[in-house]
Amino acid sequence: MTKSELIDRLAARFPQLVAKDADFAVKMILDAMAAALARGERIEIRGFGSFALNYRPPRVGRNPKSGEKVQVAEKYVPHFKAGKELRERVDLSH
Amino acid sequence: MTLTKAELADLLFEKVGLNKREAKDMVESFFEEIRGALENGDSVKLSSFGNFQLRDKPQRPGRNPKTGEEIPITARRVVTFHASQKLKLAVENIKRDSNGNIRQ
Repeated sequence: MTKSELIDRLAARFPQLVAKDADFAVKMILDAMAAALARGERIEIRGFGSFALNYRPPRVGRNPKSGEKVQVAEKYVPHFKAGKELRERVDLSH
Repeated sequence: MTLTKAELADLLFEKVGLNKREAKDMVESFFEEIRGALENGDSVKLSSFGNFQLRDKPQRPGRNPKTGEEIPITARRVVTFHASQKLKLAVENIKRDSNGNIRQ
């Protein structure tokens, strides 16, 4: 399912709204989620899961082409942990 | 601060002009459609945010950490999330001080 398919499915669920509203709502939700993570905040959606940031310490990496050593700075990476309902529904359908 | 469904619904109420009921239902439906797709074995690709994919994991040996008893971990299907390049770049430069508070 792509973003545009998600928008179509939501538009079908809300026949009283104009199609543009579902489009705008999806973009708004995703932007708000990305912005929260970019501010270093967590996202907790009960029954779906949580998004948080995982810390990656600085390390010495290598340029795979030249073999040269390069210092890689510390950073944060987004991490998702599925919630109970999502975990169970995905596994039961297996 | 933690972002939850309540804040997302407030945002749809304020910015999209949905009424409170619709805003709450829209947020719930948004996550339900994603859960439904994954439940049906379909991956979900939300460009600019990230992809939710399914992984089938085979049975593997496990252990009860308390008793040391060996118990197999059954085969299962799990959800993995891969952040988009855009989202990765957006969080990469967050810096924290020694108390774990965000610096910039």
